[in-house]
Amino acid sequence: MRLTTLVLILAAMTLAAYFVGRHRALAIGGTGTAARRLHSLPRYYGYFTSLWCLLPGLLVLAAWAAFSDTVITGRVVQSLPEALRNQPEAQLSLALNDIRNLAAGQMVDESRQAEISVAADLYNELRAISQRVLSGLMIAAGFVGFAVAWTRLRPQFRARNHVETAIRLALVAASLVAILTTLGILLSVTFEAVRFFGQVPFTEFLFGLTWSPQTAIRADQVGSSGAFGAVPLFAGTLLISGIALVVAVPIGLMIAIFLSEYARPALRRVVKPVLEVLAGIPTVVYGYFAALTVAPMIRDLGDRLGLDVASESALGAGLVMGVMIIPFVSSLSDDVINAVPRAMREGSYGLGATKSETIKRVILPAALPGIVGGILLAASRAIGETMIVVMAAGLSANLTANPLESVTTVTVQIVTLLVGDQEFDSPKTLAAFALGLVLFVVTLVLNIIALQVVRRYREQYD
Amino acid sequence: MLLMDKEEGAVATPREPVAERRPVAEAPTKVADAAETDRIAADTVGDVTARDPVICVRGGNVHYGETHALRGISLDIGRNEVVALIGPSGCGKSTFIRCLNRMNDTIESARVTGDFRLDGQDIYARDTDVVMLRARVGMVFQKPNPFPKSIYENVAYGPRIHGLASNRAELDDIVYGSLERAGLVDEVKNRLDEPGTGLSGGQQQRLCIARTIAVNPEVILMDEPCSALDPIATARIEDLIDELSQKYAIAIVTHSMQQAARVSNRTAYFHLGRLVEVGPTDKIFTNPSHKLTEDYVTGRFG
Repeated sequence: MRLTTLVLILAAMTLAAYFVGRHRALAIGGTGTAARRLHSLPRYYGYFTSLWCLLPGLLVLAAWAAFSDTVITGRVVQSLPEALRNQPEAQLSLALNDIRNLAAGQMVDESRQAEISVAADLYNELRAISQRVLSGLMIAAGFVGFAVAWTRLRPQFRARNHVETAIRLALVAASLVAILTTLGILLSVTFEAVRFFGQVPFTEFLFGLTWSPQTAIRADQVGSSGAFGAVPLFAGTLLISGIALVVAVPIGLMIAIFLSEYARPALRRVVKPVLEVLAGIPTVVYGYFAALTVAPMIRDLGDRLGLDVASESALGAGLVMGVMIIPFVSSLSDDVINAVPRAMREGSYGLGATKSETIKRVILPAALPGIVGGILLAASRAIGETMIVVMAAGLSANLTANPLESVTTVTVQIVTLLVGDQEFDSPKTLAAFALGLVLFVVTLVLNIIALQVVRRYREQYD
Repeated sequence: MLLMDKEEGAVATPREPVAERRPVAEAPTKVADAAETDRIAADTVGDVTARDPVICVRGGNVHYGETHALRGISLDIGRNEVVALIGPSGCGKSTFIRCLNRMNDTIESARVTGDFRLDGQDIYARDTDVVMLRARVGMVFQKPNPFPKSIYENVAYGPRIHGLASNRAELDDIVYGSLERAGLVDEVKNRLDEPGTGLSGGQQQRLCIARTIAVNPEVILMDEPCSALDPIATARIEDLIDELSQKYAIAIVTHSMQQAARVSNRTAYFHLGRLVEVGPTDKIFTNPSHKLTEDYVTGRFG
């Protein structure tokens, strides 16, 4: 039986279980006013029975998906001739691949076909059996679950509480998806980074001043052995993010003050979403804007002033990134400034303060934690930003504080390290994971601080 | 009445002689609606003037967009006098006192017409400096609203922005003096650096009063200053109002008739944007002339 058919059957059973359960509840509880004898509304009894039908079936399916292939493969390996079975791991997995291909009816190497055709037949046979077993088990589990639920139906049975527990668990599971994904990413990055630190000392990575990740692939090849001092990358990242913040914070803050204190509500309603569009522009679009428009402009301007400006300067990338993160600062600051209670403004105006005194001495100090939170969020966004710097900031790992020179960032290096053909045990490739880990930790810390600050602020006026 | 100007005349048509209006007052037993109020309370009963007026309002009107919130109000507030403004919710009491320091300017849709004077100066004249006006007419709000600053800075805020102190010692004097007059100094003198928001509700409200008197106003407007406070804190504020009336003119909006009776010299009863009756507090509560006032103070509605 095909899997889709099976799932459809289970769905139909679930639906049927709902109506049967509901009907049963009405039967045992009586109709009309007598239905009050039921603890829960009749439909909850329906939900209860259908859940007991659906969940065991799904559990069986999940278990099958998780284990059947391992079991089948194990059996096939057992059946292989001695010579094939005792091969090294890699060879064995190649042979298994061939068996699977042959079983699926694809062509494999003639010379091997003979010795593995038996195994392929066995593989197909086992799969067919396992499919049948699955069908049987799933339907049986559905029925058994339904039967168990049925026997528990009583007027006093708290069906609603059970259903609500199930719903709550489903909600928990949904949020677990996000948390587990984050954890998974963190773990995989950490794992690879640990491998990297097995080859390059931790201190050299964190404190080394030279970044030159090109390593010789063959032993006899002429080439550098690689230098993995990440300080130039951190410096470049800081420089570009710093420029971005220098652009974004004053402009964003002034926009926020204008929108919340001076602009008419109608204007604010129009301008705020328009500003937020800035954050929605794909960063790659900002990237070519930075690389093709802003960077040459800065270089030409520098030439005219007699300055030596690299065509891929930190300044160009930083300026464009600053424009990109303006909405983070302006929108969040606008929100927190608006959250400052009207009573605070009136108190100040009532004492004869002017608008600007009120803004400077009452509103901004009151909103400051929230504004700082917004700035930190913008900073973590700037540090993690990739496309703009890939396109506009260059690749050379200069350790410099001069914004007119070309620098490179952590994200750019991760991209260049992983683009193209790679072998996954060289420090060059693994370095990307170490950089990724640093990036992850820094942005995570910034985000946590930002959220903490914003939350503390929220509590103040609730 | 003698005091009507053209603004009020435009609203209150047709005007009826006072003598003819009296019998009508016996009829309504439920809350009078706008049309009813227009008919039976177009003219204020009682003497709107004060002996030594610091605030003079004649024919004050306020519109919020289409809503005519205040309809031809004339009322004086005298020096060292406490005037209580009472009336059901939405009757325009708060709107009226917010006209006196132009707080309504901060509301986009508000439009104020009529003659409002502080010491003879037109509050709404083109050349009136709102900043100076609000320094002379202070305001205490319904909910205590200390700034998120220290207790000291809360009181020092006004003197600082108006440049009332030329050095730290003078500022200290103003702050201590204001806290003292607000009856708060004993409770906070050891923790002036702590945030004002950490005080109790009653203390916060007295801090706001201290903040207001720190700029040395002539008039203090209070918009239900005790509605968020417990009875003990309320009693302290009421004592304070009593003391402050030695020096300031006070207009207080309140929903508590007992409070109005306790603290005020004169009481003004507002109804749906009209000033129905004004008179000595004793008279308003014991022997009101207007039927609407009587209904309200005897608790028949409101």
